[in-house]
Amino acid sequence: MNVLLFLLPVALSLGLAGLGGFLWSLKSGQYDDLEGSALRVLEDDDLGK
Amino acid sequence: MTDRIDYSAFVRRDGEGGAALELAMDGVTCAACIGDIERGVASVPGLGSARLNYTLRRLTLRWEGEACDPHAVVERLERLGYKAYPFTRSREEEIEAAEMRWLLRCVGVGAFATMNVMLLSVSVWSGNATDIDPETRDLFHWISALIAIPAIAYAGQPFFLGAWRSIRARAMTMDVPISLGVCLAIALSLYETLHSQSHAYFDSAAMLLTFLLAGRALDGMMRRKTRAVAGNLLALRGEIARRVDPDGSVVEVPILAIKPGDHVLVRPGDRVPVDGVVTEGASQIDASLVTGETLTQAVGVDGEVHAGTLNIGGTLTIRAAQAAENSLVAEVNRLMDEALASRSTYVRIADRAARLYSPVVHCAALMTAIGWLAMGAGPHMAIVTAIAVLIITCPCALGLAVPAVQVVASGALFRSGVLLTAGDGIERIAACDTVVLDKTGTLTSPEARVTNRAAIDADLLTLATRLALSSSHPLARAVARDGAALAPVPGAVEEPGRGIRAIVDRLEVRLGSAEFCDAALETAIALAGEPDATPIVVRRGAESAVLLVRQALKDDARETVAALKALGLTVLVVSGDREGPVRRAAEAIGVAAWRAGCRPGDKVAILEGLKREGRRVLMVGDGLNDAPALAAAHASLSPIQASHAAQGCADALLLGERLRPALDAVRLSRRALGLMRQNLWISVAYNLVAVPLAVAGFVTPLVAAAAMSGSSVIVTLNALRAQAGTGARPQPAAPRGLPELREAHS
Repeated sequence: MNVLLFLLPVALSLGLAGLGGFLWSLKSGQYDDLEGSALRVLEDDDLGK
Repeated sequence: MTDRIDYSAFVRRDGEGGAALELAMDGVTCAACIGDIERGVASVPGLGSARLNYTLRRLTLRWEGEACDPHAVVERLERLGYKAYPFTRSREEEIEAAEMRWLLRCVGVGAFATMNVMLLSVSVWSGNATDIDPETRDLFHWISALIAIPAIAYAGQPFFLGAWRSIRARAMTMDVPISLGVCLAIALSLYETLHSQSHAYFDSAAMLLTFLLAGRALDGMMRRKTRAVAGNLLALRGEIARRVDPDGSVVEVPILAIKPGDHVLVRPGDRVPVDGVVTEGASQIDASLVTGETLTQAVGVDGEVHAGTLNIGGTLTIRAAQAAENSLVAEVNRLMDEALASRSTYVRIADRAARLYSPVVHCAALMTAIGWLAMGAGPHMAIVTAIAVLIITCPCALGLAVPAVQVVASGALFRSGVLLTAGDGIERIAACDTVVLDKTGTLTSPEARVTNRAAIDADLLTLATRLALSSSHPLARAVARDGAALAPVPGAVEEPGRGIRAIVDRLEVRLGSAEFCDAALETAIALAGEPDATPIVVRRGAESAVLLVRQALKDDARETVAALKALGLTVLVVSGDREGPVRRAAEAIGVAAWRAGCRPGDKVAILEGLKREGRRVLMVGDGLNDAPALAAAHASLSPIQASHAAQGCADALLLGERLRPALDAVRLSRRALGLMRQNLWISVAYNLVAVPLAVAGFVTPLVAAAAMSGSSVIVTLNALRAQAGTGARPQPAAPRGLPELREAHS
């Protein structure tokens, strides 16, 4: 059962990392324009420069 | 004399020299627009950044200090083919945006807790079936508690606060049983963990909360988008006034920036922005949007003018008055407050369900405990079973049943051209059995048209149309409306307030008032047949013709009224206009019951009378004079062109210039209400199966988790049917200035 001492913290820290990522993306306004983000990815303005 | 928009009132400063301006964009229709706009304005000198929010159709500009001139950006956008309007967010929108971020944070925390607790729970469930040792199980339960308790304390706030508010107000909402269920589940689990028992319900509590938070967040997102569209429409309608500063210069400022005592310039064709007194000039005022009366009134110096009326004569300068000084507006406000207070007693269907649900379920739990004790079980067993009853009946499906339908139905309504503004609008519109229609602006188009086109010599009509193109006067615009393909007459001169003249083939031609064209007799004869029309005369040499301009009925008024009747609704027309026009309009659309000459108070009295007869009235109206009636009605609709006061009282706005969305509002609302009821019954059926299991003591955490997620999914899937049957119908013509709906392009 010693393996749990590693696995549980690992699982929890992965979960916390996910939560942190979500909160960061929320704070940086990534959910403010859902339709626009879906379309921006199609822009090819980074080509040919 | 300069004449440009003063953007400084719209620019937000952050105190460190940074400036930001939000523009509502018109004409953004496709993905390519994003790049066009952002790259197009990037080269404007001094502009730090420009970012387009495609969902809300808004462009945010940022720059440092005074480096950038917003005019340059707006001009650049105009050259690119987009119209931009400066814009300030309403307070409600700011509050809603902040609440939305908070809700999403709660969803994130709740989802984190659910996933991680579920990871541990699944291990315990499978371990219970095989050979988990009690120490490991206790460890897993303790870790679950450490994750679930703080997470639920944070993520449950929207429900706990709601429950606290409703308890203090001595009302019952769905938040109360939800909060109770979650808290009891946590408390029981903690007790079981302390006593090394095999069952804990941390996963159920966290999952329940996350499901409900997701439902609430979806609901909030939908409302936020609706509010943003409504905000853009307000900006697009040009909420600006021309303020005359003491030095004589004219500055365009937002209407909100006008203070009592300011002088405001109102040009022909403008709407009067604020109530006030005329200090200079004389004109005709069309008050039809405000009072419903179609005759124009003459105003001169010291005459009173009301916000929202249309100036159709000469240029006026008015001194802004305080709204309270104005008797009409004050009366309307008073009536509106009274009417809105009576409406707030309406209890939403979900809360009605909660009122029934709570006593039944709490009694069932109590009976379970007593029953087990009576059958000789120990107090621990009795209490655990009773709480299991509460957990399994915790209104997960019940909490989703109504909001899920609400979200789907308001999307369907939006595509049909109905913008829902009140949360409980769908339920109230669906319950109506009587429709009261206002005439002016509701049955008729707000824009006037020439009604005797057929009776006029084609040559003269073409000439009149071409002359009219040179003027921005509302009557001229009415004449020019159907002549888009014609070219204006070269060298036409407009005499403000009188008419237009020009020389064509060495003959003088004129278009304008009867005196201007010297045709008083012909005008009098033409008016005898149609006394409520406004005449405009066209003259070429000795020939002349009188065009009669009038607000025409909306194209689809008749068929919409017929369809409303077919749905079993009683239709009435109640208007502030005179008897003749109201009677003719009512006859034209096939309505037998009508009332004319109603003051705002009369309209409310008529609605109160209908209410006493046990009817539920859907009021459709647009004028300031309709606002109290809109507030007094069981539910109300307003065209998007309506006055502010009317829009503020309406449950939904009809987009475009047609009446058809009113029919869709009724049809889709009824369908949605049917689905809400169906969903509530599905929840009841689920409880009928689950409660006996719980009472008998068979509900393990695994059963609770499966039953809860199962019922939630069924209810959500059922809600999706609210949009069925709306996709195939033709799109309503999008009104000018409305940000195109995404569905129309995909």
